[in-house]
Amino acid sequence: MLDPYKIREDFPILKRKINNYPLIYFDNAATSQKPRQVIEAIKNFYENHNANVHRAVHTLSQEASELYEDAHKEVANFINANSMEEIIFVRGTTEAINLVAYTWGCHNLTKEDEVIVSLMEHHSNIVPWELLSKVKGFGIKYVEVNNDGTLNYEDFENKISKKTKIVCVSHVSNFSGVVNDVRKLAKVAHEHGALILVDGAQSVPHLPVNVKDLDVDFLAFSGHKMLGPTGIGVLYGKREILEKMEPFQGGGEMIRDVSFDFTTRRCSITWNDLPWRFEAGTPNICGGIGLMEAVKYLRRLGMENVKAHEEMLTEYVMQRMQESQKVMIYGPREASVKCGIIPFGIDGLSSHDVALFLDNYGIMVRSGFHCAQPLHEIFGLKSSARVSFYIYNTREEVDRFAEVLKEIEQV
Amino acid sequence: MVTIEDYVARIEETCGEERDFIVLFKYDKKAEAIAQILKRAKIERSISAIIFELTFKDVSFRLYGTGKAIFRNLRDKGQLQNVLIDLLL
Repeated sequence: MLDPYKIREDFPILKRKINNYPLIYFDNAATSQKPRQVIEAIKNFYENHNANVHRAVHTLSQEASELYEDAHKEVANFINANSMEEIIFVRGTTEAINLVAYTWGCHNLTKEDEVIVSLMEHHSNIVPWELLSKVKGFGIKYVEVNNDGTLNYEDFENKISKKTKIVCVSHVSNFSGVVNDVRKLAKVAHEHGALILVDGAQSVPHLPVNVKDLDVDFLAFSGHKMLGPTGIGVLYGKREILEKMEPFQGGGEMIRDVSFDFTTRRCSITWNDLPWRFEAGTPNICGGIGLMEAVKYLRRLGMENVKAHEEMLTEYVMQRMQESQKVMIYGPREASVKCGIIPFGIDGLSSHDVALFLDNYGIMVRSGFHCAQPLHEIFGLKSSARVSFYIYNTREEVDRFAEVLKEIEQV
Repeated sequence: MVTIEDYVARIEETCGEERDFIVLFKYDKKAEAIAQILKRAKIERSISAIIFELTFKDVSFRLYGTGKAIFRNLRDKGQLQNVLIDLLL
């Protein structure tokens, strides 16, 4: 098991007081805090190695390029990809999904095709497909969610057909924390000749994720939710699929050759190798290096330990929350089917009231739709408050949270 | 001339079906803003003197000692601006 008290020593921000109370950070599904190792790695890069990558022969550029490539390799190892060629650095999960939609989707989807999306998706795995559908004319089928917030696998099997070209689904719901059986979904998708794109924003930071074992075609995730800096994320893609895809954006870095033909008076272009073909322009070098350090930190802890710690906290908080009369927990009550995310409401109070009240006592939780409006509508919720854990949260913090909840009930 | 921008750092329109507005007062002006609001609005309820349930011209809102206030059931941001002008200036 993890020792969250030892881990906390690495997180300078957790020493802060908010409104004279010790900070309790329970908004990890939105973004995680950063350990000093990540902060130091970014500082060290700018103080000692800063240069553009893949551009020059000088020493600093060589060092920066090596670090940036090492970051790709570290991430590849972390999710068990075959090589760094399958790891594309992007701004975050949203950009990763848009990359797939506007490159693979634009060239492979027609009016006769269908895309399957689940109703538990974050808006970032709904909106790109709805936007592209308006241009390309393909259909979108939404997979229903059961009353307890789990995915309706029967509905998925009923909706998938030979017309389905891609299945887009989250590994873990950012609203309920429900963990989907991605391996099962991938198997069914492949049996129908479809690809599967998995939104791993809420799974990669919290669970062991092995792309070979899950057999996913694309996996998108963000660095900032897993101890890394903002503005860096990852698109994993199977090499054979990425190799056939057209580039996402044009510019430097993604090309090998741009030559001017004096007869046609046009330029002919050959693309760079993977993964640089999909990383146009100067990339977020220090973001990648920060992410590498974050991945190293998580690997030292062990992802099985991270998962077990969050499961323990989830079980404990749900037990404590049920002591309150007016608190309603949404979604499944079994910690084993969830991943450290607990949406809830308090009878008679809006989620924003709850969040402001908790903020008053130094407890940070999210309120609103959490970018998952369709799921709220299905549950008949106007909005929800959400607790989400990470490696540095403790049972003591849960106790404090439960005490404040009891105070809120008196409002 | 004093304006509400002298007191207000940011206004957030919340997401969710309830279109609430959260007003965040500037750190160095929050004590002044809170005192002014408590003078003008009707205190319906006070919790430990750090959270206040208030009404002002048929608008109900909650004010926190941390310098934040949540206004409910307003038509739009324009109505909020008018309420803030009447409360603060």
